[in-house]
Formats: sequence, C-alpha cells, structure tokens
Amino acid sequence: MGETRRDFLTGLGAAAVAGCGLPLFDPTRWLQASVAPGTAAAATQWAMVIDLELCRRDDVRRACMDACRREHNVPAIPDPDERIDWIWAEERQHVFPDLVHEHTAVEVREAPVLVLCNHCTKPPCVKVCPTGATWKRERDGIVMMDMHRCIGCRYCMAACPYGARSFNWRDPRPHVARDAEGKPVSDYPTRTAGVVEKCTFCAERIRAGREPACVEAVRAVPGAAGALTFGDVTDPGSPVSQLLRHEQTVARLVDLGTGPNVYYLVSRSPVAAAEGEGA
Amino acid sequence: MRDRTGIVLGLGAFLALAAFPVWHALGSDAERARPELERAVEGPACVEDTLFMTAHHQEVLNAWRTAVVRTGERTYVSTSGVEHEMSLTGTCMRCHADSQGFCERCHDYAGVTTRCWNCHVAPEGS
Repeated sequence: MGETRRDFLTGLGAAAVAGCGLPLFDPTRWLQASVAPGTAAAATQWAMVIDLELCRRDDVRRACMDACRREHNVPAIPDPDERIDWIWAEERQHVFPDLVHEHTAVEVREAPVLVLCNHCTKPPCVKVCPTGATWKRERDGIVMMDMHRCIGCRYCMAACPYGARSFNWRDPRPHVARDAEGKPVSDYPTRTAGVVEKCTFCAERIRAGREPACVEAVRAVPGAAGALTFGDVTDPGSPVSQLLRHEQTVARLVDLGTGPNVYYLVSRSPVAAAEGEGA
Repeated sequence: MRDRTGIVLGLGAFLALAAFPVWHALGSDAERARPELERAVEGPACVEDTLFMTAHHQEVLNAWRTAVVRTGERTYVSTSGVEHEMSLTGTCMRCHADSQGFCERCHDYAGVTTRCWNCHVAPEGS
C-alpha cells in the first residue's frame, strides 16, 4: 500500500466536504416538492369556521351547546367556578380583544361568540402535559385527551391561551343529563373527579364518518345554514378551505403562534352570500 | 434456663400470630366462599379462553385501552384468529351484561377496586 499520510488526510477532507453537500441531493426533497399540498403528503387537519353573525342568535348557540352536552355527557354544573364546557359563548370583546375598541357599540362588544378548543397546529397544552394525556393526533390534527392518563395537574389549563379546558373539581355524574331510565343520555364515558376535559371535535363521530354534533345540530335550526362549517383545511376543495380563501375570516390570538384551527367568518362577500342562498 | 418455658410459649404465640393469614384462610372455607358469577348472556365464545381471561383480563383491557385511545387501532385478533372490536362496553359487556354480578362480585371477593365504571357507562344487568 503506497498511501501516504498526506493522501489519507486529503481523502478524508474531500469526503467531509462531499458529506456536507449531501443534503442538497436528498431525493426526498424533490419528491416533497412534486407532491401538491393537500394530497398524499399532507395529513388531514380538521378545522371549523364559525359565522360570527349567525352565532349571535340564541337558537343557534343553544342548539350547538345542547347537542354537545348530550353527545358527551358533559355535566351542567350550576356553580360558575366549576363549570365544564366543550363549546360555549363568550363576549366578543373577550374572544377578540383586537376587534373592539373604545367606540365599539355595546351590542357588538358584548355580542356572544361560540368558542371551543382550537385544535391548534402547535398546541401549548400538549407541550406542558407531563404524562402525555393530551396529544396532537398526526393523522387528523385533533388535540386528543386520554382520560386514563390525566393526573389533573392542570398545566394544560394554564398553558391554553383560549381557556378551552375545564377541570372536574368533583364527580360530574350527578350533573349529567339522564334519560327516563336514569342512565346518562349518551353511552359516551363520563369523566371522573380530578381530570381535565375539552372538545375533541367529536373524534368518535368522525371515526364513524359523521360530522361533529354541534355542526349537525345547527343544520336543523331554520335559517342557520352555514353557522358552523367543518372540514379538512389541508384539502383545498373542502368547504372550510373555500370559505377561508374567499371570505373575510379571523382566528383567535394568531400572533401567539399556536396556529388555531377554529376560524370566524367576519362577513360574507355579496356574491358568495347570494350563491349560498341559491344552494 | 429457667426462662425456657416463657421463651417457647412466646415464640409459639408469635408464630401463630404471624401465620394468621395462612390458618385463617385454611379454616374459613375460602374455596367454598368463591362467588357465583353471572354467566355471559350471549355469544359463542369469549375473545380468549376462560382460564386466560380470568388471569389476564386486566392486561387485555389495558392493551385494548392503549390501542384504541392512543393509536386508534380497534380490531383485536384472538389467538384462534377471530376478529373482535376492542371495546369494553361494546364487546365485553355485550355478553357479560351484568357488571355488578360479573365484574364487581368477583372483585369484591378478591378485594380489588375497579375504576372502570367511574367513567364508562356500565350496563345495569339484564
């Protein structure tokens, strides 16, 4: 072997330089670029658009909130300090502090807005959970809860900037709606004292190919078509994506970078509104 | 050696006390006190054989729970190759419809507290 120390070091240096350039030739880069967004490469991200005007109507909000409570055996606890809500109403000035100012009319400022878990793209609640009881589902973007693992530390409640999580201070069962036989109205598991709960976008219904309960319920309300729109935001053809592309929409506290997936329709363009009426 | 009697008596008393769980169980017809459980109401067979389920049902349920809640898998293939939906209330309790007469009666006997029904809606018996 005639290899000198010099040859060896030169070869080593050349290999190192070539190695640094390797990422440029990563074949998957081109693969990713050639696949259009919204097709095979992108997983589903469920999202919802809530019509701000329509959700000012009592019957619309009531339909959503009642359907959710029945579907998931969410207890109706009278004490406001111990309330448990998956979807509920807040005043616009608290939901969108940046959309009101000192001259905003009181009716607008205090207009009720439906709020729920935003199923964030970067959920802070998931980051702080010490047991992995809440996590972001990669296949469909739902921020899920595993009640078996929740130890009730409530870090997630502190981390969530939307206040979307509720804690069970006591056994919720006495406050769960019952049917004529005294059983909970739904066979969905109730929760127990000491765990945190929130909206799951009706993961159990989505699995069965159905819409979330609130979206289905609001369809039955006369004149409330389009109050809630649900769909895959990574699919450009979904009703949600259409609304986001063509209408004026907002989301809560976007500047925090959590990437909320619940959007609010501020106004429909006249053309789209006419089309909506025709449909 | 004048303490011998006392020592032997004391030692005997100690051993008798320490062995209390053993002779108490022997003398109390524990075998015959074994609870009579409610039979499964329908279905050809359990997901696994009875002996295995008696000993390992808790492990099966834990594995099912993790699979369903965390990974979203819902189909269990038994050792005999039969497919079942992994569901406590949908699969187990469809046959063992009486949670009080089946689950609780045996767990009371064994001194084990179950927490399943704190959340899951239990069938009320048939």
